[in-house]
Amino acid sequence: MNNYIEVNDVQLIFGKGKKLEKAKVLHKNGASIEEIREKTGCAVGVRHVDFNVKKGELFVIVGLSGSGKSSLIRCFNLLNKPTYGNIKIDGKEITTLNKKELLDLRRNSISMVFQSFGLLNHRTVLRNVEYGLEVKNEDQKIRTSTALDAIDVVGLKGWEEYYPYQLSGGMKQRVGLARAIANDPDILLMDEPYGALDPLIRREMQNELLNLEDYIDKTIIFITHDMNEAFKLGDRIALMKDGEIVQLGRPRDFFEHPANDYVKDFIADVDKTQVLRAKQIMQDLPFILKDDISRTEARDILLSNDVKYGYVVDEKEKYMGYVTLEDLKKSRVQKVKSIILNDIEPFYRQEFIKDLIPLLKETDYEVPIIDSQKRLKGVVCVESLLSAIS
Amino acid sequence: MIQFPEFLEFSISDFFDAIINWLLSNLSEFFDFATLVIATVFNTIETGLSFIPWWIIIILIFYLGKKFYSYKMATVLALMMFSIGMFGLWDSMLYTIAIVIISVIVSLLIGLPLGILMAKNVRLEAILKPILDAMQTMPSFVYLIPAIMLFGLGRVPAVFATTIYAIPPLIKLTYLGISNVDKEVVEAGQSFGSTSRQMLFKIELPQAISTIMTGVNQTTMMAMAMVVISSMIGAEGIGQEVLISIRRLEVGRGFQAGFAIVFLAIILDRLLQGFANSLEGGIQTNE
Repeated sequence: MNNYIEVNDVQLIFGKGKKLEKAKVLHKNGASIEEIREKTGCAVGVRHVDFNVKKGELFVIVGLSGSGKSSLIRCFNLLNKPTYGNIKIDGKEITTLNKKELLDLRRNSISMVFQSFGLLNHRTVLRNVEYGLEVKNEDQKIRTSTALDAIDVVGLKGWEEYYPYQLSGGMKQRVGLARAIANDPDILLMDEPYGALDPLIRREMQNELLNLEDYIDKTIIFITHDMNEAFKLGDRIALMKDGEIVQLGRPRDFFEHPANDYVKDFIADVDKTQVLRAKQIMQDLPFILKDDISRTEARDILLSNDVKYGYVVDEKEKYMGYVTLEDLKKSRVQKVKSIILNDIEPFYRQEFIKDLIPLLKETDYEVPIIDSQKRLKGVVCVESLLSAIS
Repeated sequence: MIQFPEFLEFSISDFFDAIINWLLSNLSEFFDFATLVIATVFNTIETGLSFIPWWIIIILIFYLGKKFYSYKMATVLALMMFSIGMFGLWDSMLYTIAIVIISVIVSLLIGLPLGILMAKNVRLEAILKPILDAMQTMPSFVYLIPAIMLFGLGRVPAVFATTIYAIPPLIKLTYLGISNVDKEVVEAGQSFGSTSRQMLFKIELPQAISTIMTGVNQTTMMAMAMVVISSMIGAEGIGQEVLISIRRLEVGRGFQAGFAIVFLAIILDRLLQGFANSLEGGIQTNE
């Protein structure tokens, strides 16, 4: 995993002529954003930003409005040209591209999805999705078939001949996404794509994006002001404030080591059950029973640990179920294998813990946590869940 | 101390006289040429119109009224046209329409590009805005004077004065339409690597078309108004009827001509609006 996009000390000041020159000087001397605005009227979008994005990563930039995140994302396709600093994509510097190279970059490597969709309301869904291919002067047949594929991927099949005003917000955003992926770019820029959608649709779109991400395998830079959304989607997250990155890391880093009080404040409202994964709160088991041991042996292990039940795995450590002390005492069978109960659904350790809550409700026992090979990795009980989210 | 002091009086009229004189002495060939072109186009259109039988025009209006609106609207519009004929003003009406058509065409040729440039160029915007405002508030009669000076009497100066008077709304609304295209739509266009030509023809103009059509409509209505006034410098048409009635104090004749103008204006307005709506067919604005 190498660094696919390298952002090196990018700074962005909006303005023109003499005022901009004055603002540049002030900025260089470390004046604050407010000071520069008061003295020159120029807005500072991005102050000093450094980070790298890996290929195939879903990188989320989160911050309140005015934090500079939308200004920053527009630097990647040079809708905003950074005042200072470098951005390299796949090792190639993009801030110095000439006109033709820039068109080429925008046509082939980077596509963008917009908050209020940016659809052309004089064109049908199909013709909207075709747009990127049309400006490339792609052959009409290829245009249409590629666009139809993209429309299919986002689940809008059958809506090709409709106009944007006939669609709901969620569908419009799907058109925006289809238009972006029709170009088959390496990088997808998403500027608060779900900001204008209602919560239900938003969640649905988020899940679809996560599924889609496996499917289309693109590097995605995603902007949001919603911390929940950031934690849910992001492989890594950059939290921005006043044009600078306050903290950058994996979702759990933010809970475990918040960089300062601002970060703490920011994540205070985050619903941890929706962002923490089972593996982050599970406990290790003191013992695990193999399924080929005898009944009495198992009974003794339970007695010596002073517990009323135990979890059983097979020779490959695959989760089989559990046995209770009561059954072990009453039963007359030789092997543990024949009295295993498996009415507790095991839980995949990468899943969010909000889905664990109903499972815990149903059972008096702990919920076993497994990995993708179905190996038993630990358990979660009500207490550990509560302590994690409080 | 009550009257404005005489020594502070300063007239800018000499300045405008000088401009016109300069134009006349230096660019007279250009104006002769322009006169020739406009007169030729005008005669072609007028002759063309006069060859169309009157009932075809009425049927056409009925057909368009039905297509854009309803049978009711179609009947009303056709009846209006019919009554212009009944008033004995059919030929005058054709003449008037010819002036309007030419003025609108010239306005489109000049106004569209100017409006687009104005939306793209901040400096041009700053220069044109006050000029357009001034043009719209200037009493329309004033335009008649340079028109006579430059083009003499008759139809050509009428076209000139009408165009000057009618062009500002088209420029303004083209400019407004282009510069009001949704910011994200413009960014979307750029982000897919559109050239500025592609931006203009595939995104900006289509998005602005309904605003531009409003401009065309307004320009046409203003041209209608000016055509009447330009009868004072020898343009024929329905305006001349009004002028004659004023001179002879014939109230009835004046109102008759006045109604003919109103009818013609309504017909043009409705048909243009209908056309604009049909252009947009299914196109509506975002949210």
